[in-house]
Amino acid sequence: MADLSVKIGALSLKNPVMTASGTFGYGLEFQDFIPLDGLGGIIVKGTTLHPREGNDYPRMAETASGMLNCVGLQNKGVDYFCEHIYPLIKDIDTNMIVNVSGSSPENYAECAARIDALEQIPAIELNISCPNVRDGGMAFGVTCAGAESVVRAVRERYHKTLIVKLSPNVTDIAEIARACEASGADSVSLINTLMGMAIDVEHRRPLLSIGTGGLSGPCIKPVALRMVWQVARAVKIPVVGLGGIANATDAIEFFMAGASAIEIGTANFIDPAVTIKVRDGISQWLDAHGCQSIHEIIGCL
Amino acid sequence: MKKCILDLRVRALERISEKHVLIRLTGEEPLPEMLPGQFVEVRVDGSPTTFLRRPISINFVDRQQNELWLMVAMVGDGTRRLGSLKEGDLLNCVLPLGNSFSMPSSPDEKVLLVGGGVGVAPLLYLGAMLHQKGVKPTFLLGGRSAKDLLELELFEQYGRVCVTTEDGTMGEKGFVVHHSVLGETFDRICTCGPTPMMKAVARYANERQIACEASLENLMACGLGACLCCVEKTTEGNLCVCKEGPVFNIKRLLWQI
Repeated sequence: MADLSVKIGALSLKNPVMTASGTFGYGLEFQDFIPLDGLGGIIVKGTTLHPREGNDYPRMAETASGMLNCVGLQNKGVDYFCEHIYPLIKDIDTNMIVNVSGSSPENYAECAARIDALEQIPAIELNISCPNVRDGGMAFGVTCAGAESVVRAVRERYHKTLIVKLSPNVTDIAEIARACEASGADSVSLINTLMGMAIDVEHRRPLLSIGTGGLSGPCIKPVALRMVWQVARAVKIPVVGLGGIANATDAIEFFMAGASAIEIGTANFIDPAVTIKVRDGISQWLDAHGCQSIHEIIGCL
Repeated sequence: MKKCILDLRVRALERISEKHVLIRLTGEEPLPEMLPGQFVEVRVDGSPTTFLRRPISINFVDRQQNELWLMVAMVGDGTRRLGSLKEGDLLNCVLPLGNSFSMPSSPDEKVLLVGGGVGVAPLLYLGAMLHQKGVKPTFLLGGRSAKDLLELELFEQYGRVCVTTEDGTMGEKGFVVHHSVLGETFDRICTCGPTPMMKAVARYANERQIACEASLENLMACGLGACLCCVEKTTEGNLCVCKEGPVFNIKRLLWQI
């Protein structure tokens, strides 16, 4: 059987399949369907320094081969996470990674520092790309200066593996990725959702409470793949690919485009066991093609 | 309760009104434990515009026949596709999801179950379980017209059935909250149906200090409490209808009633 293990900076993954933040809860929501320790990593719900109620309902609109959401980072804050959620998930035998969001370099850094203290969280994914909150989020991810300010501030206070999640809602994503690399990121993950919109024509108003939302699902895969390919050629740090991955073939495309690991997001809603199927499908593909290791196909284009 | 993903086979599909079908599903293994008020996330195959699963409440569980009944209102492409399933087709289901209606502490409690439209669906299974526990519930079921009232003969197996129609073609004319049976006293009310109807029922219950639970149907994506799309504002902040609900005590909801 082919070797599926990969490294993201100092972080070792038993296989390259992780779950995308905001689509997999804290992992526990899916434990009836799959062995959580069969995953390479679980990236839990976006966490902020202070609690956030998120946006008003409705927060979701179905689209052709995808969905829009404007959840808006609803979470109970980092202290609640450390006290109440961390004890429940710390012993899951996989990389439990926290997605960190904020509204200023300082509160990103403070939130990251509190998670740095949690022994069994080996990495964070810094979300500088949430399209659904006004006070921050994507604002930092759409300019090199904004990305640098957050990544630098966090890097000073966070000492483990730092993955930065990039927004696709930019002109040149490779340039942002290079800025993150130069500011101390160990890895970049991409893409977050694409900003979109849907309208209720009978009532002549947007379907989502804040008007716009983030598009995810198979419909965004070609865009994500193209961006992963561009970024993988622009930086030396490992790239984590996500965006519309729903099966092993999709995942293999991302590896070939240059991703060292992948995240599965919206597909979890359609098939709660999809992650393990993708893992097994990657393994079978490698075996069928005589590959000893996943590394033989990463960036093989 | 452990959730599972099952391919269930369509044993029968019956058109029970112009817009509603009753799908009777069965599995090779005994079906898992399910409670009244819980729901199933059904994958819709063969409908290009339907991406997400559709949450469908559990209408009835027939243990002897090993059947799960789903009542589907055909409102869009996805649910119309479900309505065109054929006997023998497989339907991929994630179940059981969500919480359930509370059961009375004593068989002497007077329980009123109020449903409207496709919202009557979970009340059949709830009524059957109440009946099994020795409670004889009163069903108050509403529709626009006689042809919109669903499964009336089945409800009659488990309790007294009161009916309202907006056009007066069956039962008392008007909305459920105008029915004369509400002049009686009740200890507990469970309701499922259009939000304005449930709010009117909640107002009635509130005024009389009657324990009342309502089953909500906010738009959902995951059905598992992971995506936080289906939230309802409550006294404890935004809660997922799919996980913390769909059944809520009305005192937890921030309804202006």
